[in-house]
Amino acid sequence: MCLAIPGKVVSIDAKTGHAQVDYGEGTSRTVNVSLVDVKVGQYVLVHAGFAIQVLDQREAEETLALFREMLEMGGGG
Amino acid sequence: MFELRDKALADEVVSKLRNASVHLRFMHVCGTHQETLVRHGLDALLKGCGITVSQGPGCPVCVTTAREIEEAITLARGGVTVASFGDMLQVPGRSLSLQQAKTEDCDVRMVYSIEDAVKLAQANPSKEVVFLAVGFETTAPSTAAVIVAGPPKNFSVLSCHRLIPPALQAILKMGELRIDGFIEPGHVSTIIGLKPYQLVSRQYHVPQVVAGFEPLDVLMAVWMLVQQVQQGKATVENEYVRAVKTEGNVKAQRVMQQVFTAGDVAWRGFPVIPKSGLFLKPQYAAFDARKRFTKDLAVLANESFPEPAGCLCGAVLRGVCASQECPLFGCQCTPQTPQGPCMVSREGSCRIEFQYQKK
Repeated sequence: MCLAIPGKVVSIDAKTGHAQVDYGEGTSRTVNVSLVDVKVGQYVLVHAGFAIQVLDQREAEETLALFREMLEMGGGG
Repeated sequence: MFELRDKALADEVVSKLRNASVHLRFMHVCGTHQETLVRHGLDALLKGCGITVSQGPGCPVCVTTAREIEEAITLARGGVTVASFGDMLQVPGRSLSLQQAKTEDCDVRMVYSIEDAVKLAQANPSKEVVFLAVGFETTAPSTAAVIVAGPPKNFSVLSCHRLIPPALQAILKMGELRIDGFIEPGHVSTIIGLKPYQLVSRQYHVPQVVAGFEPLDVLMAVWMLVQQVQQGKATVENEYVRAVKTEGNVKAQRVMQQVFTAGDVAWRGFPVIPKSGLFLKPQYAAFDARKRFTKDLAVLANESFPEPAGCLCGAVLRGVCASQECPLFGCQCTPQTPQGPCMVSREGSCRIEFQYQKK
């Protein structure tokens, strides 16, 4: 139910509040983007036909490095 | 880019967890987390490290009560077109599921989004279309957005939306289980942010980590919880920073507040949980199926809806019983012959357990 899939916003129709979202491998869908402030080229998390959040590309790229740092700082091993 | 795979790092987390020599029980409240845990064998791996992770009431389809399903079936029998998500149509009410009610000539439709149900209403102006709206904070904003946008007059919503934080408080208050920490649902949290969990941590001194859904996300969340336990902390941390902002999705929160008011509601397996259900505000009564069809639904007022004989879904949803401990699991109760919702929904722990053949 709470499954959400990331996709890239390809175009936005401001009049209807819908966007074309590309999930890769040739799959794209029309998505309601009225719940987020998003620009073409950004990635969104899509749940039940609605974009629920704009994904942070920089945070995503840095996540693994952040995890490594946390593991080094923490105890347990 | 948004996938998170690094085997060496995962091995390191597991090795650190093993060396931590702990005996802890954590709970998560999301079917997608259960899928990650079981599908990738993390549940067994973590047990080997002294850590049990139970699924709590984190499957919206599963916690929807038989009464709510009967409301939808009653409307469908009265000639209303009922639309909902696929899993929801398969859950038995008192006797039939919505899917089975089709054999009584009921018009029941599966949709992927509430917007599909709106289109159905637009295409059939002479029919009443009711959307059986299930889901936590992840899904509720889409219902609110549709209501605010002004759907057609023949469209209404049977709201079964529920809120996660009141359920966390209920489960801690009931005290059936010792819970050393919560893995919080990443996608609910994209909407609500971290603040609602902070009240829970303060009140019950329980560590919480919001987590994503890759195996490494879940392992890191477990490790972060272990760190908190070992340091005697009870704070809310965010592992899923690529999707969850501290403040959540403020735009979605506003539209929810505009449309819904929180009210007391029963969850399957639980008594009534205060302020845990979302109901349409009076100004949107025209789109509230319970207001619109009050007379039709009145027949259910004094009815009771006992759980199917032998079904332990309620105990499974409270985390006090594992799916395999239910005597019906894999015998009378399979995905083809589900007795309770946890075997129906792809987010139900019985279905997930059965799917990965761990009978």
